[in-house]
Amino acid sequence: MSVKERGGIGQSARRVDGEPKVTGEYAYGSDLRTENMLWGATVRSPHASARILAIHAEPIRHMDGVACVLAAADLEHAKTFGLEFCDQPVLAEDVVRFRGEAVAVVAAETYEQARLAAASLVVDYEPLPAVTDMEQALELDAPRVHHFGNVLRHVHIDHGDPADAFADVWVEGYYETAMQDQAALGPEGGLAVPAADGGIDLYAVTQWIHIDRQQIAPCLGLPEEKVRITLAGVGGAFGSREDITMQIHACLLALRTHRAVKMVYGREESFHGHVHRHPSRTWLRLGATHDGKLVAGEARLLMDGGAYASSSPAVIGNAATFAVGPYEVENVRVEGTVVYTNNPPCGAMRGFGAPQVCFAYEAAMDELAAKLGMDPIDLRLRNAVKTGSVLPTGQVLEGSAPLREVIERCRAIPLPEEAPVAGRDAIAYPGGAGNVSRGESLKRGVGFAVGFKNIMYSEGYDDASEATVSLRPSPAGPVASIRTAAVDYGQGLYTILAQIVRTELGVEQVLLEPSTSGVGSAGSTSASRQTTMTGGAVLMACREIRAALGNEELTRPITRTCTYHHRATTPLDEHGQGSPHVSFAFVAQRVVAEVDEELGLVRVVQVATVQDAGRVLNPQGATGQVEGGTAQGLGLALTEEIQLVDGAIRNASFTDYLIPTILDVAPVVTEFVEEPELDAPYGVKGIGELATVVSTAAVVAALRDATGRTLNRVPVHPDDLVGIRSEATTSGPAPVPDVPGQKSIPEYLGLGLGQSMLMKASDT
Amino acid sequence: MLIRATVNGAECALDVSPAMSLLTLLRDELELTGSKNACEQGECGSCSVWLDGELVCSCLVPAMQAHGCDVRTVESLATNGDLHPVQDAFLAAGAVQCGFCTPGLVVAAADLLARDPHPTDEAIREALAGNLCRCTGYQKIIDAVRLAEEAIA
Amino acid sequence: MIALVPSTLEEALEERAAHPEAVPMAGGTDLMVAVNFGRLRPPALLDLSHVKELKEWRRENGTAFVGAGMTFARIARELQAFRPLVEASRSVGSPQIRNRATIGGNLGTASPAGDSIPVLAAYGANVLVASRKRERLLPWHEFFVGPKRSALEPDELILGVEWSALDAPGSFAKVGTRNAMVIAIAGVCVQLDPAGRSVRVALGSVAPTVVRAPEAEAFAAAAISWDEPDRPLSEPAIAEFGRLAAAAATPIDDVRGSAAYRRHAVEVLARRELAWVVEDWSR
Repeated sequence: MSVKERGGIGQSARRVDGEPKVTGEYAYGSDLRTENMLWGATVRSPHASARILAIHAEPIRHMDGVACVLAAADLEHAKTFGLEFCDQPVLAEDVVRFRGEAVAVVAAETYEQARLAAASLVVDYEPLPAVTDMEQALELDAPRVHHFGNVLRHVHIDHGDPADAFADVWVEGYYETAMQDQAALGPEGGLAVPAADGGIDLYAVTQWIHIDRQQIAPCLGLPEEKVRITLAGVGGAFGSREDITMQIHACLLALRTHRAVKMVYGREESFHGHVHRHPSRTWLRLGATHDGKLVAGEARLLMDGGAYASSSPAVIGNAATFAVGPYEVENVRVEGTVVYTNNPPCGAMRGFGAPQVCFAYEAAMDELAAKLGMDPIDLRLRNAVKTGSVLPTGQVLEGSAPLREVIERCRAIPLPEEAPVAGRDAIAYPGGAGNVSRGESLKRGVGFAVGFKNIMYSEGYDDASEATVSLRPSPAGPVASIRTAAVDYGQGLYTILAQIVRTELGVEQVLLEPSTSGVGSAGSTSASRQTTMTGGAVLMACREIRAALGNEELTRPITRTCTYHHRATTPLDEHGQGSPHVSFAFVAQRVVAEVDEELGLVRVVQVATVQDAGRVLNPQGATGQVEGGTAQGLGLALTEEIQLVDGAIRNASFTDYLIPTILDVAPVVTEFVEEPELDAPYGVKGIGELATVVSTAAVVAALRDATGRTLNRVPVHPDDLVGIRSEATTSGPAPVPDVPGQKSIPEYLGLGLGQSMLMKASDT
Repeated sequence: MLIRATVNGAECALDVSPAMSLLTLLRDELELTGSKNACEQGECGSCSVWLDGELVCSCLVPAMQAHGCDVRTVESLATNGDLHPVQDAFLAAGAVQCGFCTPGLVVAAADLLARDPHPTDEAIREALAGNLCRCTGYQKIIDAVRLAEEAIA
Repeated sequence: MIALVPSTLEEALEERAAHPEAVPMAGGTDLMVAVNFGRLRPPALLDLSHVKELKEWRRENGTAFVGAGMTFARIARELQAFRPLVEASRSVGSPQIRNRATIGGNLGTASPAGDSIPVLAAYGANVLVASRKRERLLPWHEFFVGPKRSALEPDELILGVEWSALDAPGSFAKVGTRNAMVIAIAGVCVQLDPAGRSVRVALGSVAPTVVRAPEAEAFAAAAISWDEPDRPLSEPAIAEFGRLAAAAATPIDDVRGSAAYRRHAVEVLARRELAWVVEDWSR
């Protein structure tokens, strides 16, 4: 069998890291151990907003097994960190800004001793007024989370003028999406080992080794070269491993005690210890001519970023640019704000702002279709963008955009047969294992939605990825190896990279070396970017190797290191105009669902997905991304919600934060449209996020079809479906804040700039 | 207290504290880290093992109750370097992404097929209802069970 | 923390008397959650999992007895004659949980959301408890005194639960927002007693304890044509029954569901289950 048949691109090659995962040998961050190690534990604030009056660390230092207790006063170097702005304290100093904020850390001989010590540490607080509602945060007299006010970023997009547009029909809606958790099964965890040279070796879970190092090193007072990070096995991420969690804490404890320190979060702590998906409120107006041509769109978008910035500025930027959907609309105004509150911080989660706006614009499009008396899918086709379309930011969509084909092929997927109403196995009814039905009051609904988002980073970031490929002779034939710092947290990147090497170098044996900070940055495993960026770097290196080898036999090793950059993007100007995104991908989903109308319970019957993928490099991996992404969007539609009361998470456990089980998902029929993307390796587009962008909207569309209810809020509760709870209401769009411009406020103030400066292209 | 148990076929004498879970015993004392801790409350199934032949969440079993029992974990499935048909099926079907849920699911799937070699679709889903997966959306896991069913038959 | 591991009931009762501070445990599926979270650090554990007498069930002279140590998996397999109890057992947690969780645990934890409790209430079951000195048989409504509170004395253990077997159709159903592994938002058991010409209705998760719905029961008993099993109930009668059942609920809003929905769910489940059991009876 040729290499191309066994495991080259286009094949469903087996995972290169699969075997240790099925045998249980694969080592995740929470599995690591070493001799003589200490366990770390974190003390967290019970208040959403409070002044710290005293931290009584001394008694804890004398508890059994305790080796070290650290609070802010013990920090000797940089005291803050953050993905875009260093606004988050390593350990809270003077004030705490969210319930769950880290206040102190302890290290002890055993896990139990560390936990007991952390639980025993007494901190005196003076509770302060907290702002826990995103609209309240905009009020001038609201408590200020940071001294400069609660607006983190406001984005304004002006294209044409909706006031001038001649629309025959308008629809206007208000939509809410809840705070969602990534709920990766593998918890935060890692091991920090102090080194003889005064540096530190950190084995941890992350989505981006180098951005972690950039934040960790200043807090340890070490140059970056002395902070050596090796990737531990990552048990899922979906955005929750982009921000620093336990890394700085573990390193500080290790350097202070001169011993290895392991820190692992339990599930409850994990809910408090990582960022979540931004809850959102969207006020949307769409205007169209009587024959269904969209002429105007106005969106007011508000997101709750919680206490610290994380990647909120990028999330609101993204969401704002997608706010009226993948449609040609001449006159658009978008006002998008992300605010600080004393709620737990929000940041990256699969979709990065796109799912929230998709829920809104697709609901509005269905309403518009109904008002126009038009088929909802025809309305999408009438307005779908294509290559050459101009987006609300003025960006010309230069790359591939086969949205029409995506929509038509999704529509054409055969509907599933209707299952007989009576006589099913009990678990085949809505309500599953509860035995609540013998087929009563079942109503089938079909919903259709389209979505899109950017692939790769945006707004002028000069994103890059470095990879090294080596080819060496061996008795068994040439062997290739790949060195990359890129993180594969399950989506299958390493397998794709091996497939690329097999195809390009005609080599069967491909080894992946461990991912460490000893090589150049591969960037984040997020934004559906890795196949393009690191795949691109690997492809470049392979081609250079082939060029270097020419027609000669391989007699000695050849190594090439390449860095892949995508084409330049621009920031948004003062009108929100520019070329902010590199590439766009589109998706359509049709969901068939059954609703038990009396009980308001749902059984999803089928999800049909057509996705624009550029080029599918591993069909099984690609459908796996669609299926997994769909389940996460389905969760937000039906059961997932971080329930916050006065800034406190009430359901920080898998008992009450309900992610879909196998009984909650339905068969997913997936097809891909492969129209190659411009300037992308093999013409690929990233796969991972698109199904999550659209599935919430598609599921709720099916529920609206089944019940006739408005359903303008997710997750949809049984109360909504039976009519006990009425739709979410508003007193009108949130006021637009008076801010200097499009950038984040901390940037205008020159405050503790973090990665946002380091990642931008130079201005020249 | 001292307990004696057979773990993956090997007899062990272990000192356990009464509140210690079987999961902690397996992971920390016996260094069998294949069984995972993702929720500590029996909601996710990633700690699934066999206790005297029954599928249980080891995070909820007090270690002392393993005294006199036969414990088998995911590490017992592959023999002499050969994967168990369920393990191979998970790989062939693409049912592994991050893999954190995989040991628990492999054990639960192997348990199902040992008890019910030709399960209905409903039986598969009911048997795996106690195992959460966040990456795959479960479709390929169902495919894997069907593949394994064929391979075992 | 010390562990007490009796192997007979007598030993268990001795240990219980000598160490009232020891927390009794069988399957551990409730207890270990609290222990794992560090919320419970009991000074001692009384491990009842080896006490054979607790793991039996029997049916003698029309009375069924299920030992506290019977797991829900075994109940689902072995007590097929008691369909609502089987339905309730199958709805507990997951297969892993069902292999360990015991009916004694449901009783001891005494949560109004305990899945088996509405069935036991509908059966009019008595809870058998014992100390070293004596045995007591407590009617279920005297055993459950409040949310997670029972009438068990510090020197007592739960031996099991007994009821007069009815050999008539019954049903258990519970609602949760997800299709599996849910703590019930509302649970309803409807049990026919044709010989006694009565209907038992018990509600779970909608009051501080599991409750019966006496007005609904009386209404249904009067509405059913006991001498003509083939005669179905009218729609208005079924609807009224549902309303009366819901009126017996006093639910609260909590993280799992709203009071309004809980009341609504009770009404729907009661209606459906009455129709099911009457239809099953007619066959």
